[in-house]
This record gives sequence, structure tokens and C-alpha cells, in this order.
Amino acid sequence: MQMSGAQMVCEALIIEGVQTVFGYPGGAIMNIYDEIYKQDSFEHILNRHEQASVHAADGYARATGKVGVAMVTSGPGFTNAITGLATAYMDSIPMVVISGQVPLSLIGTDGFQEVDAVGISRPCTKHNYLVSDLADLPRIMKEAFHIAKTGRAGPVLVDIPKDITAEFGNFIYPKDVNIPTYKPKYKGNERQIKKASEAIKKAKKPLLYIGGGVVLSNASELVRELADFGQIPTVETLMARGVMGAKNPLLLGMLGMHGNYASNMAMSETDLVISLGARFDDRVTGKLSEFAKYADVIHVDIDPANIGKLVNVDYPIVGDITLVVEKLIEQLKDDINPDNYKSWREVLNRYDNLHPQSYNDSDEVIKPQWAIERIGELVGEDAIITSDVGQHQMWAAQHYPFDRPRQWINSGGLGTMGFGFPAALGAKKGCPDKIVINITGDGSILMNVQELVTASEYKIPVINIILNNHFLGMVRQWQTFFYDKRYSETDLSYQPNFKALAESCGGIGYDVTTKEEFDEALKDAIEKDIVCFINVAVDRFENVLPMVPSGGALYNMLLDHKE
Amino acid sequence: MQKVRRVISVIVMNESSVLARVSGLFAGRGYNIESLTVAPIPESQLSHITIVTNGSEKVIEQITKQLNKLIPTLKVIEHEEMVEKEMVLVKFPIDANLSDIQALCSAYNGGIVNVGLDMVITMVADEPVRVKNFIEATKRYNPIEIVRGGVVAIER
Repeated sequence: MQMSGAQMVCEALIIEGVQTVFGYPGGAIMNIYDEIYKQDSFEHILNRHEQASVHAADGYARATGKVGVAMVTSGPGFTNAITGLATAYMDSIPMVVISGQVPLSLIGTDGFQEVDAVGISRPCTKHNYLVSDLADLPRIMKEAFHIAKTGRAGPVLVDIPKDITAEFGNFIYPKDVNIPTYKPKYKGNERQIKKASEAIKKAKKPLLYIGGGVVLSNASELVRELADFGQIPTVETLMARGVMGAKNPLLLGMLGMHGNYASNMAMSETDLVISLGARFDDRVTGKLSEFAKYADVIHVDIDPANIGKLVNVDYPIVGDITLVVEKLIEQLKDDINPDNYKSWREVLNRYDNLHPQSYNDSDEVIKPQWAIERIGELVGEDAIITSDVGQHQMWAAQHYPFDRPRQWINSGGLGTMGFGFPAALGAKKGCPDKIVINITGDGSILMNVQELVTASEYKIPVINIILNNHFLGMVRQWQTFFYDKRYSETDLSYQPNFKALAESCGGIGYDVTTKEEFDEALKDAIEKDIVCFINVAVDRFENVLPMVPSGGALYNMLLDHKE
Repeated sequence: MQKVRRVISVIVMNESSVLARVSGLFAGRGYNIESLTVAPIPESQLSHITIVTNGSEKVIEQITKQLNKLIPTLKVIEHEEMVEKEMVLVKFPIDANLSDIQALCSAYNGGIVNVGLDMVITMVADEPVRVKNFIEATKRYNPIEIVRGGVVAIER
């Protein structure tokens, strides 16, 4: 069928089953926006900043497991999208971003709104394309979606010059993808799996170390099963919160810099790390030479480059978590005695009783941890929780009772402030039946605050709970601990009237200073069902604890901080 | 950790920006490039990139894995048993001792390839270590310009 390049883009999106596109138009992408105007197969959400469009597509992808789609124009539109691409890349999120580009004849001439999009995005996309011939466009669109969601998922950029979108050509959308150089490996090596299962049987103190890959592979049920019949203690990374379920007695908690005592001690004393879809990030390992010092390591990962990158691995298994864990269960099912690890579980339980994840509550001021626990009590499983980056993110990860995968959405790898609100918009578009709450801080929220307008216009009722300590809290905490309380540029006392700000954009605002007000505000916000800010005055100097100081060994935790 | 020298061949799709993907990977992840050559593979849509690099065994392993991860990469060969050659062009002033220069080049499997009014150009193709020795030896004849071609290798 004859059609323009712009039509081809829309047709491809429709064939790929795209229902929501987040974006922002501009000169170089106008032809595509003209076609968007003419169709009604998918919805377009106009964010008020390209970065927010990409984060929204990202949040959509994380909440649904489908490929998120964002669209931006050339030059500044594209450079604004870069933070979103890098965020998705670090957390392996399937996403296709389409950017307009100046016409082919102008490329390389420093044309108006020209920037080398494929050049800039190369290190922060899984792959990218500059379409230089209309005949390639259908194939490239097909490949982009395929690459984004297969293997180790990630964002793919398709940069399309304006004249290509205007040109007419024959549209045949390929049924299959044939990239001879791209063949992801899903099935783990049987012999390695067998060896790994033997190691598990022999271990005295095995530990399941669960990462975000389990969420991406939709393998949570299987991992729960594996842990359960072996009665193997389990720790989760920041990205894996929800996989095991908060009430699961085998879950010790989150490990790493702000992990709980039992989790970090378990990692320090285990004799066999069973790593599933985790990548030994420095925020998890602390000092590498002390990390899991007494353990052999089984590392299951779909990306071979993750294996052996930081930690020496004894049982490397390249493959999809789902397929590998299925095999592991087969190998172990009738051949593992849960009593083997009984004394190990008892040791870890003692550790947990010794220093449980806790905080000192107060009657005078709202403690941020209390607020998070309270959200959990009021909405629990019904909600999807997104977050920005900083103290509030860590408190949420520590204290929210996550019960299922994809319930917790945050920027783990890149640590992008400003992620939470637009990601919440995407999550709500993808899961309209869920309550979506962005737990944020007074620093982060201002980094994409313009999305109040988007949320109002499209009636996307996202609840933003601002844990407001009038500080850039996490940096302030480091300054308290390690910089002799020199609070360089972290005092955020000067701030907007958040209530009025929300209301000026068509939302609701609540100022909260007591526990009663907190309950009332949250209940009212859920009932009113429009975008809102709940501005919660919390204890200014509360710290995230425990803490492993940067570069320290996991077992050297600051459990308390006395003035 | 001890650094090792390694010659790596990367077979890639011959498409635009593929070299940028490879060299950008080295720059972005802090890997070294001693030399890099690239040319299309005859009668195919592929190109052969030869990279000489150095680093610890762990770094070399990451380099090959990261190269494999690039979408247009078909194959990465970490050479062990190989024939390795490098080419060099050296320009001398015409008043240098031409018979000495001819003899020197012959010793390194090369010779004079061009003679002009005021200069003479020689070419040598040999193992990288021998090319280095050759360049060292040319110094006494006051070379005007030296252009090395980078290493190519083929597995035996």
C-alpha cells in the first residue's frame, strides 16, 4: 500500500498494538503528528516536557510489561529525552522512542534544531537507527520493537528525518524479524544448571539474591516456588521489591547500602549466592573484596556481559530467568531437604530480631517512615507505588509492604530525580484500575512539576505524596555523616506553596502536619480521584538507616546515628 | 592486575555508524585502543575490524562481551594462534643513502615504492614488533614522515 513515511510510523505503531503514546511535537516531527491527528487507534498524551514523555512511557512499560512509546522532535526535543533514555537503559526497560530529525539534505550542516541524535544516544540506548531511506522504515520499526523487548530489554531510538516522513512509498510491514547478528540466548546451559543445582544441594548456607531481572522476566511465581520448597532465605535488591511479597517468611529484606541488618549479614556469611537477574551493583555490594566473601556464586543472567563483570562467578548461567528457574526446580524438586538449611535460617532470624528494620516514631512530628507504613496500611496491594530519588525512595523501599512484582516503580540504576511523577502518569495509563501513588520529596517533585498540567488535562489521578523536609535530604544526610555538617546547597527552605501550585494547575493540594491530617488527606485524595499533592511536613533531620558508608563492607553498617 | 596485549577481530555488519559504536564502546567504558583497522569483507555485507588492545584478563573478557552485545556484531574473535602483520610507509629525503635504505627495507620484507624529485617512499609490511624495529632503524636516515597502518591479523 502506498503511504507517506509519517503514515507508516503510525501504521507500525498500530500493528504493534500500541495504545498510548507520550510525546511532544515540534518542527521536524510535524508530519507524524499530522497523521496522529487523523487516526483514532491510539491515544497521544501531551506531556509538558519531553523528559516527562519518556519517563511516562517508561512507567507504562514497567507497570504493564509492554513496550512504552514516546515521541519527540529534533534538537532540544531530543536532548530533553536523553535523561529518559538513560534511565530506561540502566534499568533494562523495553521502550521505543521516535524522534524527528532535520531533512536528510540538512544533516551535518548545523541546521536549525539539528543535533546528532544517534551519536548522543549511542551509549544510553540498546540500539538506535537513523532512517536514511524510506524503504527501510517498516523494517526498522519492526526491528526496534523486537530489539526493545527481547533479550535483555532496553530502549531503542528511531531517528527519522523530516523529508522521509513526507515521502511516499510502498508499505509492507514485515511479519518476522531477521537480524543475523542478534540472537539472544534464552535457554540456560543444561550442564551448568545441573552443576548449580548440585551446589545448592551441597550448600549449608545458601542465599537467593533476587534482582530486577526476575520482574522483567515475569518469573516471580517461579522464584517464590524455588525459595519455598527449598526453604531458602532470600534477599531482594531495590529493583526486585515485591517479587517475594512482604509477608513471605523467607524474605529477609532488601540488601545493600540501605539494606536491613539481616540481609546484609546473610550476604556476608552465606556459602552460596544464588543470583537471579541481579547485577552486583556497587550500591548492593559495598566493598567488593568483602562481598559474599565465603560464598561460591551462581549467577543467572540473560546478559552474558553481566556475568563476571564485578564478582567472580563459579556457576555462570546465561539465559532467561523463567526458563532457568523452571529447570532448577525440576532438578531440585524431589531432591532437596529444607531441613538442611534450618540452622542457617535460625541464625538469620536471630539477626533480624537483633536489629529489625525500625525507626523511632514520634507524636510531635510525622516521621517519613510512618507515612510510608501508613500508605501501606491504607492502600496496600491495591496501589502501584512510584518514587523519585533520594531518602523518600529508600524509605519507601524499606517500609512499604510490596506484595507483587511491578507494584514498585523507581529509577534504580541511573537514580533520576524527576522520574516519579511522569512514571506514575504512565503507570496509571497502563493500569487504570490501580491507585497510583508517587512517593516523592520536596527536591525531586520540582524536577517534573509541569506534569500537573498533563495530569489535569487528561484526568490522570496520580497522588503525589511529598515527604517534605525542606532539604535535599539524601545529600544532606551524607553532609551530616561525612562532611562535618557543612550543608552546601542542600537547604530547600525556600519553596513554592505546594498546595496552591497543585490547585493552580487544576489539581488538589493538601498541607499535612499531623497523622490525622495525613489519613484524611489520603482518603480524600483517593475519593476525589484527581491529581493531587499531599505536602507532608516531616522530621527535617531524619536519616535513612541502616547505612553502609560508600565503599565499606556490607557487614559494617551504621545502625544508629546519635547527635 | 597484570595487563596483557590482545588482538581482537570483530566481524560487523557493514552499515553506517558501526565503527562509532565500536570505538565509542571503548571510549565510554575506558578501554584502551592501541590500533584499529577496518575494511569491508569481500563479497559480503560485513566488515572486519581488527583492534589491538591491552588490559587485565577481566577487562579483556568484558571487552569481548560488550562487543558481542552490539546489535550489528556478528562475531568476536580473540586471537591466540594468529598471523599478525602491520604495514608502514616511510618518506626519506632524496639525498639520503638510497642503497642503505633499500638494504634496510629488504631486511624487513619491504622496499622503495615511489621516488620523486626530492623524496623517496618506502614500504614495509611485517610483524608489529619488527615494524617497530624497522622504524627505530630508519631514524639515522632522517625520515620526513612515518605512517603506520595498524595491525591486521588472521587466525591460523
